[in-house]
Amino acid sequence: MRHRMATSASCVLLAGFPGLASAADRWNMQAPASIVAQDIYDLHMLMMGIIVVIFVAVFAVMFYSVFAHRRSKGHQAAQFHENTTVELVWTIVPLIILILMAWPATRTLLLLRDTSNPDITIKVTGYQWKWGYDYLGGEGEGISFVSALATSRDQIQGTVPKGEHYLLEVDNPLVVPLGKKIRILATGSDVIHSWWVPALGIKQDAIPGFVRDTWFRADKEGTFRGQCAELCGKDHGFMPVVVEVVSAEKYSAWVGEQKKMAARADDPNKTWTLADLMARGAKVYAANCMACHQANGQGVRGTFPALDGSKAVSGPKVDQISMVLNGKQGTAMAAFGKQLSDSEIAAVITYTRNSWGNKTGEAIQPAEVRAQRK
Amino acid sequence: MSASIHDTARAGHGGGEDHAHHPSGIMRWVMTTNHKDIGTMYLCFSFAMFLVGGLMAFIIRTELFQPGLQFVAPDFFNQMTTLHGLIMVFGAIMPAFVGFANWQIPMMIGAPDMAFPRMNNWSFWLLPPAALLLVISLFVPGGGPAAGWTMYVPLATQMGPGMDFSIFAVHILGMSSIMGSINIITTILNLRAPGMTMMKLPMFCWTWLITAYLLLAVMPVLAGAVTMILTDRHFGTSFFNAAGGGDPVLYQHIFWFFGHPEVYIIAIPAFGVISQVIPAFSRKPLFGYTAMVYATASIAILSFIVWAHHMYTAGMPVTGQVYFMYATMLIAVPTGVKVFNWVATMWKGSLTFETPMLFAVGFLFMFTMGGFSGLVLSMAAVDVQVHDTYYVVAHFHYVMVAGALFSAFAGVYFWLPKWTGRMYDETLGKWHFWLSMVFFNMTFFVQHFLGLAGMPRRVPDYALQFADFNMISSIGSMGFGVSQVLLPYIVYKAVRHGAKAPQRPWDGADTLEWTHLPAPAPYHSFETPPVVK
Repeated sequence: MRHRMATSASCVLLAGFPGLASAADRWNMQAPASIVAQDIYDLHMLMMGIIVVIFVAVFAVMFYSVFAHRRSKGHQAAQFHENTTVELVWTIVPLIILILMAWPATRTLLLLRDTSNPDITIKVTGYQWKWGYDYLGGEGEGISFVSALATSRDQIQGTVPKGEHYLLEVDNPLVVPLGKKIRILATGSDVIHSWWVPALGIKQDAIPGFVRDTWFRADKEGTFRGQCAELCGKDHGFMPVVVEVVSAEKYSAWVGEQKKMAARADDPNKTWTLADLMARGAKVYAANCMACHQANGQGVRGTFPALDGSKAVSGPKVDQISMVLNGKQGTAMAAFGKQLSDSEIAAVITYTRNSWGNKTGEAIQPAEVRAQRK
Repeated sequence: MSASIHDTARAGHGGGEDHAHHPSGIMRWVMTTNHKDIGTMYLCFSFAMFLVGGLMAFIIRTELFQPGLQFVAPDFFNQMTTLHGLIMVFGAIMPAFVGFANWQIPMMIGAPDMAFPRMNNWSFWLLPPAALLLVISLFVPGGGPAAGWTMYVPLATQMGPGMDFSIFAVHILGMSSIMGSINIITTILNLRAPGMTMMKLPMFCWTWLITAYLLLAVMPVLAGAVTMILTDRHFGTSFFNAAGGGDPVLYQHIFWFFGHPEVYIIAIPAFGVISQVIPAFSRKPLFGYTAMVYATASIAILSFIVWAHHMYTAGMPVTGQVYFMYATMLIAVPTGVKVFNWVATMWKGSLTFETPMLFAVGFLFMFTMGGFSGLVLSMAAVDVQVHDTYYVVAHFHYVMVAGALFSAFAGVYFWLPKWTGRMYDETLGKWHFWLSMVFFNMTFFVQHFLGLAGMPRRVPDYALQFADFNMISSIGSMGFGVSQVLLPYIVYKAVRHGAKAPQRPWDGADTLEWTHLPAPAPYHSFETPPVVK
């Protein structure tokens, strides 16, 4: 009900500017594609309505005075300078208006923050300057990829014409099903980023070392585009967010395809060379381990153990595989078994056993990791 | 607050014979302990910084004129937005109002000078080295700080030595502000003329008294926050480093505990200037003086308990968000009281619109717009959409430029006849106002639309749907920048060729500097305090 009232109020406001209404997206928030975005949109329109009324009222008084009470018109100054009643009225009336505004504002906020009972949980990791997506729960669990700007350098430099979705296009968009509650767990790997999709009414800072959650449930199919909203260094302006909302069937098909691709890329029976494992392992290490154990493998004294010269790394490989698969209770060492594939774990373990001062020369194969999975 | 016209002649020429006793040439300015000299230096320094910061804004808006990267690299762009913010806040706006405080507070309360003249000299002379540190940071390896004026970690930890320059600049600026505040508080509390009770204090002095307490409370907090960045950067601490057990969001809490009162440190003295100008040109006493004092104090107190509304998207318990939302909305009440009181002061007055009044009315109109967009931003859910977008950029420029800067312009035109003994060119003054007003709105009004439609702030490049408004905004900003050249010209012209100003050029102005002191105000005024009835 409140929706409709606010929306019609917005229509009335926009009707005052014919020609603008057609391009409303340019002059106002983007067309909402989720219940939260719709609520925010309506709340904003409601606020604007109230504000415009108060603004016009106050400045009608001021401009009346500006025109009527001029000395050039011979107006003599009155000398009143106090009126307790008036003072009380203009303290209490705004207070009442604010209390009334607080009601819808609080309702929307509570809705926005209700991340309970998600259908699908996706971890969003901000990197300088791209986004990592890990499907942690629900249909598609285990899918994991990185999403970076697809606009070419030439377009940015202006040597070729700019495309329609200039700066708002990525190589691998986040794909989610229509009408399902998606919980986003945001974190950062280096500095603070902010994951923002205006049409879905969602913006969450991605803070290194911490996980913050938020959610959306898209009620329209389509491609929704946003950007990193928190200054994160040089290429802050060049790390867009693209979310594709598709039907449940298409989503299932997409998940199947991703799984197949992952399987193809990571044939668990393949035997890798040491060099290939090292190259792959370096990437996995950078994405998953480096935040704590550091690029130089030294860790952070007192908090995160060093891997360089560590017994856990130079000791029996079964122990290390178990540690990576299952994590270590009571510490920050996560269980990566669910997050990484056999090949990735094999690669990263190989990498740690052959980097910095560690020179075991061992190449761990995916089959060895699979053998230890319970 | 009706000061009696009494003792004019004595107070006026009291210091006449001392004129020759100060050193001449450059040493007059280096050694001076005179509040008027120091006020002048503060104002000139602040205008110089305004030009430097403006040049940076010019670079920013030039790059944003069209989509694509045309003129500067993203790294340099970030340095420009960072330094533009730091320089305008700490170098231009804050010192401008300290300049007004120096010139006006002693004259308005009937004091011979500031309470601690030597410390006053030191407060000023700390500023140029701090400004220099900020500017040279651009030329050290890695360039200037590029983490935004808020210097959020861990990004600030990643910066090169330019960041350390900024940290030390902030330390020095903080020392200067703290000493200035101690001086202002002591002056107002101890040096008032006989009969000038607290509730007869001109509104400008009240606002500065409150502001000085805000500064004392929060500048050390900022110094602490940046010091923690410094030790995180160089001495292995982990205050803000999650990998070492710290918390990057802790920095934001500390920063905004300073940062929100800082907004009012800038705005409240601006309220003070407006509260002098509007009654003077309405020829009617300020409406609701007592309510204004209480409203200002309430705003100051509330400013301490709303800081996390800058962090709605950082992630905090929903109860925390609800609390900060309600507390923030509450600020609209005392702010509203102030606006209503100013309008009521104009109501049934005998209005004239010389340049100071034009700027004051412009302030009133546009500051209220900034206040309203602030109310929109206070709603946590709406803020989630517009946080870190151009909507916020538009909002705080309405408050800082159309608010604080316009009020400073109003103050300069208002008091220039008293400071220099000359009248400025009214026609040029009006041009300055109207050009500023038109170009300001052209620059910043469209940014509301950009933010709503989804353009993030601090980006050197943007998607194509934002192109039109950015172009309008860039053209507006060039116009605004060029219009500001009028101010030094108008001041120069007034000093050189202006008509001699009478003691009280504004017949509605009734504070001590107008009723008791000739124009220009003598070098030493009120050696014998006036008696206020």
